[in-house]
Amino acid sequence: MYRYDEFDAAFVADRVSAFRDQVSRRLSGDMTEEQFRPHRLMNGLYLQLHAYMLRVAVPYGTLNARQMHKLAHIARVYDKGFGHFTTRQNIQYNWPALSDVPAILDELASVEMHAIQTSGNCIRNVTADHFAGAAADEIEDPRPYAEILRQWSSIHPEFTFLPRKFKIAVNGADWDRAAIQVHDIGYQIVRNEAGEVGFAVYVGGGLGRTPMIARKLRDFLPKADLLAYTQAIVRVYNLEGRRDNKYKARIKILVHEKGVDPMREAVEAEFAAASREFISLPASEIARIKSYFAPPALQARAACDAYEARRQTDPRFAAFAANNVHPHRVAGHGVVTISLKPIGGVPGDATAAQMDAVADLAARYGHDEIRVSHEQNLVLPHVALDDLPAIYDELAANGLATANAGLISDIIACPGLDYCALATARSIPIAQRISERFGEGERARDIGELKIKISGCINACGHHHVGHIGILGLERKGVETYQITLGGSGDETCSLGTLTGPGFSSEEVVDAIERIVNVYMSVRTDRSEDFLAAYRRVGMQPFKEALYETSKGADI
Amino acid sequence: MRAGPMHYAISANRLRDGIVVFLGAGGAWVEQLAQAAAYPEKEQAEAALEGARGDEKRNLVVEAFVFPVRQSPAGLVADHIRDAIRAAGPSVYRDHGKQAETR
Ligand code: SF4
Repeated sequence: MYRYDEFDAAFVADRVSAFRDQVSRRLSGDMTEEQFRPHRLMNGLYLQLHAYMLRVAVPYGTLNARQMHKLAHIARVYDKGFGHFTTRQNIQYNWPALSDVPAILDELASVEMHAIQTSGNCIRNVTADHFAGAAADEIEDPRPYAEILRQWSSIHPEFTFLPRKFKIAVNGADWDRAAIQVHDIGYQIVRNEAGEVGFAVYVGGGLGRTPMIARKLRDFLPKADLLAYTQAIVRVYNLEGRRDNKYKARIKILVHEKGVDPMREAVEAEFAAASREFISLPASEIARIKSYFAPPALQARAACDAYEARRQTDPRFAAFAANNVHPHRVAGHGVVTISLKPIGGVPGDATAAQMDAVADLAARYGHDEIRVSHEQNLVLPHVALDDLPAIYDELAANGLATANAGLISDIIACPGLDYCALATARSIPIAQRISERFGEGERARDIGELKIKISGCINACGHHHVGHIGILGLERKGVETYQITLGGSGDETCSLGTLTGPGFSSEEVVDAIERIVNVYMSVRTDRSEDFLAAYRRVGMQPFKEALYETSKGADI
Repeated sequence: MRAGPMHYAISANRLRDGIVVFLGAGGAWVEQLAQAAAYPEKEQAEAALEGARGDEKRNLVVEAFVFPVRQSPAGLVADHIRDAIRAAGPSVYRDHGKQAETR
C-alpha cells in the first residue's frame, strides 16, 4: 500500500498541530463557533444529534493491520468501543469529545491516516473497487490511480472551495463494484482496440435529492492525461457550477442544465488549452505509485484439501464459502467478505475487539491487507482457501462469520435519525428488522442476490436510489414513514429505482418488503433469475398490486 | 405516553464534548431532560433562549434551540421523535447515551 513520504508526514503533522491550536483557542473562547466551524469541518469533525462525530478517511478503502489496530484503539480509548464503517469507505466515530480530537488525529497520523477532506466543498476521499488488486475479472488495479488523484487533490488550492462536495470513484474490473456512475466523476479502466489501458470517463452522477446517472464524456482517456482531464472537468465545474442554491450546486446539475455535449466541449476545450507541463503523468511516475500496490506473491494452488474437507463436512462453513468468498485471480485463493451485518445488528458497526480480530487475521493470513467496502463490510482480499477454515473459526468466535454477503440481510443503512442531525427518520432499526425477518439461512440463500439500501433522509447516504429495493425514511406529520423504490442498481447496468407508490409506516414496512420478495419468488423463471433481472423483466405492476391491494391502509 | 399540554424546553450541545444538555430551572445546564425547565408559553422559552445564548458566547454550549415537550407521569418527554432520540440516545444501543444512565 502507499506509504507516506517525508512531505506527506510533515504535512499531516502540521495539520494536526494547527487543529490542536484551533481547538484550544475555541475551548478558551478565543474563537467563536462561527469562526471555528469551517476548521472543524475541514478536519472531518461534525456535530451530530448526540455528540461530535469524527469521519476518518480510509483512502480507497485500503487498510493494513497496524492501521486497523489503531482504529480499534481509538474506538476503545476515545469512543464507546466501536466505530461505524460508511458507504464512502470511511470510518466514523460517534462519541469523541472535542477536547480529545487533536489526540485522536495524532494517533491517526502515527499510522499515516487523517480526517482531511472528509467534509466540506472539496474533492473527498477517492473511492475504488473493494476487491481491487485481487478480483479475477480485473483489467488493472484502480488504486494507484485513486492514489494519484488523492495526492493531486489534497489541499489543492484551486479546488478547496468548489460549489459543493466532489466525489471521484475508480473501478478496474468489468463488474462495477465502485458504483462509478453515481459519482461526480467515475473512471472505469478499459482497454481500447489497440490494447492500451486507459479510462472511460463518466461525469455528473449522484444521488441525493436529485438522483442522476453519470454521462459518458470519453470512451478512452490515456493514463497520462488522468490528472489533466480531471483538472479540466473540475475547472469547468468550479467556474460554471451554481453557487446560488446549494441543492443545485453539484456537477450533476451543471451537466443536466448545460447538456452533456456542451459539457464535453467545455471540458475538452479546457483540457486542450491548459498547460500539461506539471500535470501529465509520465509512465515512470505511474510505475512508482504502482509499486506501492504490488500484489503479494501468491502461488497458484491446484488442490485445496483442507478447504474442501471442511466444506464437505460443515454446512455453515460451506454457506460462508459460497456467499462470502469471491474468486481470486490466483487459483486456490479467495477474496473474503467479512459481513458487518450480523442478523439484527447495526449495519457497518464493528467493535474494537472485532477490529483487532480482523487486523490479526489480515496479518496472519491476509498479506496485511484489509478493505472497507462501500457496502459497509470488510474484506480480506488475498486469502489462501486452505486457510479459510482457520479464518472462519476466528471470525465466528468474534461474531463476524455471518454468511450473508450479497444476500437480502446484507443491507446498507445510513446512520439515520439514531445519530444524524439531518435525518427525517430512522434507518438502522428498519434494517435490523428486515435482517431478522429473512436471516442468513436457507430462505435468504433461496432468495439469492438482493441489495436493500436504506437512507434516513433525501440526502441518500444509504444509496437507496440504487438499491434493488430502496427504502427512504421521511417524516409525515411527525411520524416516520418509508417510501420504497424498486429496480435500482449501482453496477455497470446502473439504474435508479422507481417509487412503488405511497409510503409505509414503520410497522408496515417490513411486511411490505416481504410482499415484494414473495412476488419476486413467484415470478422468477428459476433461481438463476435474480431480483433485479426479474424486476426488469416483469416491471412494477405485479409488485404494486401486491403492495397496495392487500394493504389498504398504506395511504400515508 | 401521550400526556399533558405542550410545554417548551431548551437544549444545546456542550462545547467541550458535544454531549446533549438541557437548560435547568436555575439556569444551569443539566444532562437529563427530566431535570430541564419547561415553559408553558413559547414566548417564555424564547426569552430563556436569549439567556442561553449568553452561554454560547461564554463558550459553554453550541446550537441552543427551543423544542416542544409534554409532562407525563414519567416526567418530561420530548414531543418530536428527533428530540426524544436526542434526549435518550440512539434507539439501537440502549446502553449508549442518556438512557444508559437512567436505566
Ligand atoms: S441520508 Fe440523511 S439521515 Fe442518512 S446519513 Fe445521510 S444525511 Fe444523515
